Amino acid sequence: MLNLRLYMAQRLSALVMVPLTIGHILVMIYAVQDGLTVSEILARTSGSISWFLFYGTFVLAVSVHAAIGLRVIGFEWAGIRGRMLDLISWLVFAGLLWLGGRAVYAVTVAGGGL
Amino acid sequence: MIRPHRSHPLWYAFLLHRLSGLGLALFLPLHFYMLALALTDPVRLDGFLRFTEMPLVKLAEFGLVFLLAVHLFGGLRLMALEILPWNNRQKTLAGGAVAAAFFVAGCFFLKAI
Repeated sequence: MLNLRLYMAQRLSALVMVPLTIGHILVMIYAVQDGLTVSEILARTSGSISWFLFYGTFVLAVSVHAAIGLRVIGFEWAGIRGRMLDLISWLVFAGLLWLGGRAVYAVTVAGGGL
Repeated sequence: MIRPHRSHPLWYAFLLHRLSGLGLALFLPLHFYMLALALTDPVRLDGFLRFTEMPLVKLAEFGLVFLLAVHLFGGLRLMALEILPWNNRQKTLAGGAVAAAFFVAGCFFLKAI
């Protein structure tokens, strides 16, 4: 169900996300003060190549990580096997990458002149 | 009936890691979808952000941040077990296991030849 490549991809994506998650938690604690608005979010992230790289990497890593994590849960708890397990893993990966990529594009690239 | 291994504290650590990961994976599509509204429908996103000011939603957000943090720390614990060098006691036990196996196999071998 997990070969060496998937196991390593799971651990490497986790290691990449350790500093990103700590950074994201700190940003959340900072940004949530006095509530959130779209203009406030965009003022911070729009046109910023640093935030694009930060959250772009985060989305890629979490897509890999969640797809493999759900694969393990699907195998162990839902009894899914074989091609169906592969199909679901790829769909989760592609879906998260697509949705996450759209979100990062919306708050960093779009309208920001990147 | 609760089986014995499930009463072990580290089984709860495993379960918490799995359930927090599952919860985060289910939350992510919604999170990404709402953020993308900043481009396609900022008015709707602002309306949603006002909705998040409700105390009950704040409590749910607390839960989400807790899930993220507990998954982070649980993952660090897991990777520390897998990657970090062993301490001397663990090395002694591992070395002892090999030595004991060598002794048992040696006893067998001396009787076999």
